[in-house]
Amino acid sequence: MKLFGEKGVERLLTGIAFSAISALLLIALFIFSEGLPFIMRYGLRGFLFSSEWQPQAGQFGIFPMIVATLWVTLGAIAIGAPLGVAGAVFLTEFMPRPVMRAVKPTIELLAGIPSVVYGFIGVMVLAPLIRSTFGGPGLSLLAASIILGVMILPTVISISIDAIMAVPQSYREGSLALGATTWQTVRMVTVPAARSGIIASIILAMGRAVGETMAVIMVAGNAVKLPGSALDSVRTLTANIALEMGYATGTHRQALFATGVVLFVVVMALNSIAGLAIRQKAGRR
Amino acid sequence: MNKMLQPTTGALLLAIVLTGCGRQKTSITMAGSTAFQPFAEKLAEQYMIGHPDISITVQGGGSAVGIQSALSGAAQIGMADLVQLPPEAKDLTAVPVARDGIAVVVNPANTVAGLTMAQIRGIFNGTIRNWKDIGGADAPITVVSREAGSGTRTSFEQIVGGIALSKDALIQDSNGTIRETVANDANAVGYLSHGLLNEKIKALQADGRDCTTEAIMAGTYTLVRPIYLLVKGTGSEQITAFIDYVLSPEGQQTIKSNGLIPVK
Repeated sequence: MKLFGEKGVERLLTGIAFSAISALLLIALFIFSEGLPFIMRYGLRGFLFSSEWQPQAGQFGIFPMIVATLWVTLGAIAIGAPLGVAGAVFLTEFMPRPVMRAVKPTIELLAGIPSVVYGFIGVMVLAPLIRSTFGGPGLSLLAASIILGVMILPTVISISIDAIMAVPQSYREGSLALGATTWQTVRMVTVPAARSGIIASIILAMGRAVGETMAVIMVAGNAVKLPGSALDSVRTLTANIALEMGYATGTHRQALFATGVVLFVVVMALNSIAGLAIRQKAGRR
Repeated sequence: MNKMLQPTTGALLLAIVLTGCGRQKTSITMAGSTAFQPFAEKLAEQYMIGHPDISITVQGGGSAVGIQSALSGAAQIGMADLVQLPPEAKDLTAVPVARDGIAVVVNPANTVAGLTMAQIRGIFNGTIRNWKDIGGADAPITVVSREAGSGTRTSFEQIVGGIALSKDALIQDSNGTIRETVANDANAVGYLSHGLLNEKIKALQADGRDCTTEAIMAGTYTLVRPIYLLVKGTGSEQITAFIDYVLSPEGQQTIKSNGLIPVK
């Protein structure tokens, strides 16, 4: 019976809390121990900056995939961030609060749609549309960016709304009392005050975009080459791992783990920057 | 709580006792080629009806996994669909149990009816880039291929010969997604297992031969790969018996009625 006393429960909960962290540590340890020896052997420069990815011929250059990942992510941000931030501003500043409270959960529901469904819509609707409108194979950087842009909307909108709501009402009242219109208040007072939260939402959305796999595999076409235009087919880092892991053995498998190391570093960096942005805001208050 | 637990525990104990008292079951694990996996499952299912003392588990993983697990003993029978087995498979006994044609497919809207091997090679190498060069409409060719390591891709490239896949080629990760991509893109060309052809795509003639079961049986259609069952050494009596079943008229009929080409 002692086990379930006050102290026992406390210890149990501590254990559970740490098990989550240790899972993260173990994953990191595993990826690095599998991937790093390969990077050492193959050479970091050859791995990161060579454009030749031919596992059968022993060539493992992921440069086209790094570039593709960056473009796809930037494209997704270019589409998702303005829409998301504008949506958040509209819902908080121009709509009555009850309406916002009804709409916000609906938007967050978007995050619950499985990514394979987004990919399916991309393949069936978006890719043919791009093919008939702009030419090219349709399965392209542009298609991936648009799909990801929609997928990150809930992250951007939801966190931006929280950030804007956290701006004290007195700021807005002060601005309005000075004769500013609602739009001027939004542009010069509310949004600047919520800036770090909004930036954090965009960086977290970038993390999501970098890590998304299924939808991207389905709509990006997965050709390993440097994209010449937005209509070209590209392969991202995540897609590379998911596509080839089923067959990979030996060095090829290690190279995929090394790809995972690169991804891990990128996503960790993005999350740390987001964390920093949020903390900065907390510190200022 | 205890009252609810009791029946469950009882049932569990009963199950353990029953299993323990039953006849000793021999279990066989098969692993490898995803192209043959559904057929192996069907064959195993039928075989187990007649042989209740044998339990067969079928796993996928791809041809490379089939070879690896047969070598390591993780599976008693490996499955591989490769034209040439890699050198590490030389210690394994390879029994061809079926054949599978690889069809070169285009969108039904495409007017091209057939290609020569040289044209297929040119398209996948990226030297032929427009359908008008090979008798079609003036439209760029969208090449669709499989990921590196796929048994279908390896076989296709080995049979056609001299393919260094164009960097512009789209990569799809299964026969099914190749079919969807080609069905959706009027300018696309890809290849997939003969058993997966349907009305949404059009199979091209290769060197003037239609990709049909008859042509593959007669050996006139050349884009064909064998499907092997791999066994380490000679294998046990039960394993040999199962492979004999797969090769029997009944087993071969199962393979045929589900879309593959029997070896006999």
